[in-house]
Amino acid sequence: MNLSDFKLESQRTYWAKALVELGKERQDIVVVSADLSTSVKTSLFAEEFPERHFNVGIAEQNMMSISAGLAACGKTVFASTFAAFGTGRVYDQIRQSIAYPKLPVNIIATHAGITVGGDGATHQIVEDMALMRALPNMTVIVPADAPETYRAIKAVADYDGPAYVRMGRANVPTITSDKGKFKIGKATVLRDGEDVSLIGTGIMVSRCLLAASILEKHKISARVIDLSTIKPLDHKTVIKAARETGGVVTAEEHSVVVGMGSEVALCLTETAHVPMKRVGIPDVFGQSGDSDELMEEYGLTPENIVEAAHDVIARKGR
Amino acid sequence: MAVYDKRLLKKLERKANLIRRHVVRMTHLAGSGHPGGSLSAVEVIVALYFHILNIDPKKPKWEDRDRFILSKGHGCPAWYAALAERGFFSVKDLDTLRKLGSKLQGHPDMKVCPGVEASTGSEGQGLSMGVGMALAARLDRKLYHTYVMVGDGEMDCGQTWEAAMAASHFHVHNLTAIVDRNMLQLDGPTAQIMSIEPLADKWKAFGWEVEEIDGHNFTEILKALERSKDVKGKPNVIIAHTVKGKGVSFMEGAVGFHGKAPSKEEYEQAMKELGGEP
Ligand SMILES: Cc1ncc(C[n+]2csc(CCOP(=O)(O)OP(=O)(O)O)c2C)c(N)n1
Repeated sequence: MNLSDFKLESQRTYWAKALVELGKERQDIVVVSADLSTSVKTSLFAEEFPERHFNVGIAEQNMMSISAGLAACGKTVFASTFAAFGTGRVYDQIRQSIAYPKLPVNIIATHAGITVGGDGATHQIVEDMALMRALPNMTVIVPADAPETYRAIKAVADYDGPAYVRMGRANVPTITSDKGKFKIGKATVLRDGEDVSLIGTGIMVSRCLLAASILEKHKISARVIDLSTIKPLDHKTVIKAARETGGVVTAEEHSVVVGMGSEVALCLTETAHVPMKRVGIPDVFGQSGDSDELMEEYGLTPENIVEAAHDVIARKGR
Repeated sequence: MAVYDKRLLKKLERKANLIRRHVVRMTHLAGSGHPGGSLSAVEVIVALYFHILNIDPKKPKWEDRDRFILSKGHGCPAWYAALAERGFFSVKDLDTLRKLGSKLQGHPDMKVCPGVEASTGSEGQGLSMGVGMALAARLDRKLYHTYVMVGDGEMDCGQTWEAAMAASHFHVHNLTAIVDRNMLQLDGPTAQIMSIEPLADKWKAFGWEVEEIDGHNFTEILKALERSKDVKGKPNVIIAHTVKGKGVSFMEGAVGFHGKAPSKEEYEQAMKELGGEP
């Protein structure tokens, strides 16, 4: 199995498709952009429903609090920009005007992580999941591919509260389908296995699948879990995987500091002690480069996951 | 109007043309980047680096140097090209823009690039940093001047106006802001995305000395920059009217070249118009 065996699709295209469908079905759907509507593809919604799209210019704080005002008056809001500007820059506006009053504002963040590529560290936020996860009332979703993005957008539109949906800039391998309903807070077992569990989120889920097929050649049977909801965490599926396979590797395109892996580690510390290893970006800022090169530079390849799995298995029973 | 030596003006014009050729080449080689907002800023950056700024490329951290911040950090190809041509680092390094390990990051990184005074890229923060530098100069009784170039899109950012208010409140007259008024931002014309007019009146209301110039005319740029140093008691802003993508016919006024690198054909066409490879 290779990355090239999969179809590569744009998460942004699917998010915009879901958004336009929602716009047709529901009058309460409104969208706020901040001078990146062409990049995050809310421009497609704006073409169809100009009266329900507000572009506030380069003013993300304003964007978040305007979204809160709209939501407080019964609108279901989608506020979309790059992850760097939709979290760090506006943390307090999200905290005070959206999360605290638990308003239905969906923050749809694109261009997250190092796969942004050439723009470099200013744009490659690697700590957005940590920020959003720390907020009470916030739901955090990191879809694995384009079809899952489509389903997640439909799900957050129906959810009465704030949600953060994270996606990257690059096209990602399609490993799920757009059929069926996305269940917030429910992880999906994509491949069963007994020797080790590979828990991935976002683009790392496809890397986990590739790692599992390499491990199979090493006579190791790996379970692969798509942990697309980071918060609330699916404790049941995680604990079950740890107990049944006896070892866990997590993989995320995010800093290992307070990322998905640390949440899984905390969960297991309190419930099921098993050897564990986190694959993710170390405690550093990113840099400019080609996205595939950066994935190698920061240790986010299937081979890195395989290596982590061997390490975990070697520590079993010690 | 001040009269400048013809040879000086010729020299600056030649430099501007050279910087433009670098910008097009660099973004083409990188395969990404922001040519439009780099090209509109060229004359102001050239005037600063080749005539106005009191700097020493051999001592980029010299304490008494004038400071320049490119708040609209995405325009850094023009800044990098000027720094290289001024001797802060090798012109050859320009080919490494946006490559893994390069000091020429997609947005300026002050830790790794000599001559870069502030790490920018998230819009709207450079003017506040400039206020800080101007205040530090006053505390240290230093005579250096701080210049900050901001985009007209950055006028949308609340923080721009927080900085504007603070600069006049603290009477920092050792600070000059230059607005690259190229009429476009990322999604389209500023007038359509977020109205910022009457821009000069806004700055005046915030207590700034305001001058409007043609941002591609060296005589006007030099005069305004020199004058701005003599204004006492308040900060200065120069609204430089420019054309996004200036110098390359198909990039001029084109929103599409905000954040898109020229293809091979476009690169060749641009080089023909600009007079050949740098
Ligand atoms: C806080 C923030 N939001 C969004 C962006 C994405 N972005 C990059 S450039 C740009 C438009 C910039 O317009 P302007 O300042 O006028 O620059 P110019 O047109 O001169 O290139 C935007 C929205 C950003 N860099 N920072």
